[in-house]
Amino acid sequence: MASLGELERAVMDLLWAGHEAATANTLRDLLAQSTRAENGTAGHEGKDLAVTTVLTVLSRLERKGLVERERGTRPHRYQAVSSREDHTAELMHEVLGSAPDREAVLARFIGSVTDTEAETLRKLLGLS
Amino acid sequence: MFWTSWFLAVLAIVLAWPVPILLSRAQWPSRSPFTAMLLWQAIALAGGLSMIGAMLVYGLEPVGDNLLAGLRALAGMVFNNAPTTALGFWHIFALSAAALLTAHLVFTLLLTYYKIQRQRRRHRELLALLASPSADGPRTMVINVDSPVAYCLPGGARSVTVLSDGLMAALEPAELRAVLNHENAHLDQRHHLLLWAFAAWRQALPWLPTTRLAQEAVSSLIEMLADDVALKTESKATLIKAIAIVASGSPGAHGARMAFGEPDLSDVEPGQPGATGGAGSARTTASRVSRLLSPQPPLPEPLRAAVLAACVLLLSVPTALLIVPGLLG
Repeated sequence: MASLGELERAVMDLLWAGHEAATANTLRDLLAQSTRAENGTAGHEGKDLAVTTVLTVLSRLERKGLVERERGTRPHRYQAVSSREDHTAELMHEVLGSAPDREAVLARFIGSVTDTEAETLRKLLGLS
Repeated sequence: MFWTSWFLAVLAIVLAWPVPILLSRAQWPSRSPFTAMLLWQAIALAGGLSMIGAMLVYGLEPVGDNLLAGLRALAGMVFNNAPTTALGFWHIFALSAAALLTAHLVFTLLLTYYKIQRQRRRHRELLALLASPSADGPRTMVINVDSPVAYCLPGGARSVTVLSDGLMAALEPAELRAVLNHENAHLDQRHHLLLWAFAAWRQALPWLPTTRLAQEAVSSLIEMLADDVALKTESKATLIKAIAIVASGSPGAHGARMAFGEPDLSDVEPGQPGATGGAGSARTTASRVSRLLSPQPPLPEPLRAAVLAACVLLLSVPTALLIVPGLLG
C-alpha cells in the first residue's frame, strides 16, 4: 500500500488535472484505476483503497491549506486551492525573492545578480 | 570591578563598530574563508559577551568585589526582599539593560529559529507534491521550472537539494556535478546554522549596521567554502561556467536588458567586486567569480595561526575577566 505522502501526491495530481471539485468516492475510484493501470492487473476490490483513507489524506491536505471543500453539498466535494503552477510560483518566489531571512531558510547556488553582471557573464561565455 | 567594566565596554564598542568594518573591507578573507569565518563568529560572540558583561559588572560594582560575589548578593536582595539601597539609579539601569539585552538576544534567536523552521516545513510540503526525485541521489529533487535554479533546503535527515528542469537542460554533466557538490557542501558543513545565528544577530540589533556587514560577509564566505569543495572534484573552468550559466539565466537579471551602451566587464575584473553596488548577494557572485578567475594563494600559515590566536583571545579574555576574579577570590 502506498504511503500517505505518496497518496497526497497522487490526490493532488488528480485534483490539479481535473480542474473541478471531486468527492472522496470519485477520487478513490480514480486512484484505484490508476493503480490498476500501473500494475497491469485488475486488483481485488477489497484490496483497493478505502474511502476513509482518501478522507484522511484529504483532511491532511486541507490542514496544509492545499485543498478546500465545498461545504454546501453532501458528500463534500474537494478541490485544489490553487493550481500546480501557482504553487510552483510560490516556491520560486521564496527561492528567488529577496526577503531578508530567505538566506537563512535555504541556500541558493547563485544569488540575484545585477543586469550588468549577467551581461558580463554572458559575454564571458560568448553566449549573447 | 570598575576597570573590568570599562575594559569590557571599550571591547564591546570596538567589536561592534570599527573591527567589523575593517574586516568587511579586508581582502584576505576570500583567500582563507574558513579562518575568516571563525573570526566573524569570535567577533560576534565576544561582542555580545562584553556588551552584556560590561553592564552587569558595572551594575554589580557596589555589592560585590567580583561578578560572582555580586550576582550572589543580587540574588540575595531579590529573593530575600532585602533593601537595594546599595545600588544607585545607574546601577539598576545597567542591570536591567543587561537582563533585557540577554533576554532579547535569546528570544530573537528562538523566534528566528521558529520562523525558519516553519518556512522550511511549508517549503518541504510543497516540494513533496511538486518536485520529483532525481536520478542523482536520494537527496536531490527536480522541479518543473524553466529558468536555471539550484538550491538546498536544510533540515537534518530531510535535507534536500533542488534543481530545476531548466538547470538540468542548460548544464553539462560535469557542471551539474559541480553545482550538486557545491550545494551538498552547504548541507554537510551545516552552513545553515551559521546563517541562522547571524540572521538572528542582525534581527536582534538592526540599528547596529555592522550586524548587516557580518551577515553579508558570512553568506559570502560560505559560498566560497562550498566552491572550494566543488573544486575538489571538478575543474575551475567547469565551476565558472556553471556559475555563469545559472547567473545569466536567473530571473534576477530582469528588466530591460540594455545590450547596448553598457559598461562592460568592469564588474568581474578582479579587485573591484560589486562596482555597481547592488544587493549583498550580487557582490557575493562577483567576488566568487573574480576569486575563481584570479586565484590568490591562501593566507600564509603564521598569519592564519595569528588570526586563530586572536579568535581564542577574543573569546577567552572577556570570559576570564568575568569569571576568574570570582573563582580566585
